[in-house]
Amino acid sequence: MITITVNGQHHDIDADPNMPLLWVLRDILGLTGTKFGCGAAQCGACTVHLNGEAVRSCVTKINRAAGQNIVTIEGLSAHNNHPVQLAWNEMNVPQCGYCQSGQIMSAAVLLRENPNPSDQDIDDAMSGNICRCGTYQRIRAAIHKAAAMQTEGAKL
Amino acid sequence: MKKLVIICFIASIAGLITLSFRAEPVKKTNYPALPKDSVGSVKAFMSVYKVLKSSRCMNCHPSGEAPLQGDDNHIHTMNVKRGIDGKGLYSVRCSNCHQTENTAGLHMPPGNPKWGLPPANMRMVFQGRTPRQLALQLLDPKQNGGRNKAQLIDHMANDDLVGWAWHPGVGRTLPPMSRPAFAAQVRLWIAKGAYAPSAKVK
Repeated sequence: MITITVNGQHHDIDADPNMPLLWVLRDILGLTGTKFGCGAAQCGACTVHLNGEAVRSCVTKINRAAGQNIVTIEGLSAHNNHPVQLAWNEMNVPQCGYCQSGQIMSAAVLLRENPNPSDQDIDDAMSGNICRCGTYQRIRAAIHKAAAMQTEGAKL
Repeated sequence: MKKLVIICFIASIAGLITLSFRAEPVKKTNYPALPKDSVGSVKAFMSVYKVLKSSRCMNCHPSGEAPLQGDDNHIHTMNVKRGIDGKGLYSVRCSNCHQTENTAGLHMPPGNPKWGLPPANMRMVFQGRTPRQLALQLLDPKQNGGRNKAQLIDHMANDDLVGWAWHPGVGRTLPPMSRPAFAAQVRLWIAKGAYAPSAKVK
């Protein structure tokens, strides 16, 4: 048994310690917001937070997550009201949407570490998340918007 | 006469016991002190240089702020950056994809617990360095992470991340000599005087 904490809930997982975390999240825990894209840490669709870092869950084995704190898109905020989610909604960022939970999880790490990112900072943080629909301009705009919302929220 | 034999016997036993309690000899540096030999030293360094300039070593000692990939030393995809600590930036930290061991399969992320570039304040660039430049840089504690010669040898011979170069995972070429052979050349370079090649050597 491997114990992991996902979105604040403890789970005892009966699985091979080499099983990718993504399989555990999707197939065992039923958290299907995180997507399988390439299976080789090339695309970013499977990004989740492991102790706050934006790991690619398709190449992260479950034994690395043992006893650690995992947050998926389902647990990023209590009411889908993380500034990044609000900005994404407001700017209509997704097209097909497949990559977007990974994009949002990466953007959340960027904004935590850099509350006022420049375009270059966004490029540096987000280039590991690929969008086949090419929504990059809206992603960039939404991150700037989320940064502004986060700053406003901090002032209130 | 009998007494003398007994005394000699006791004395020799006492001597043996005393010897057995002697402290371990002071550990010498892990390279022999050879006569200075600039030609031999430079020759050994050129073997070391070939390894350091091989892709498995140089790709993480780039001249720019991005790591390199492949035997053609192209810039790492995904716009990966060094960051302050050498472990990446924001959501593109090295360990987000690179695990503590190689992920199995062709073109999968290689791994090591210490995976990363040298930090921004100690960049230890190999790419583009001439043999002379690299030799002087390796010997300078201000540019080599504060290592003296013994520590430099130890790093080259025993460091786990350096050792990854000889276990790089499927599809990646190896440095041009084995790790023990490499470590032997490093020791030889330093034992013979740690000479840097002349500026003319390329």
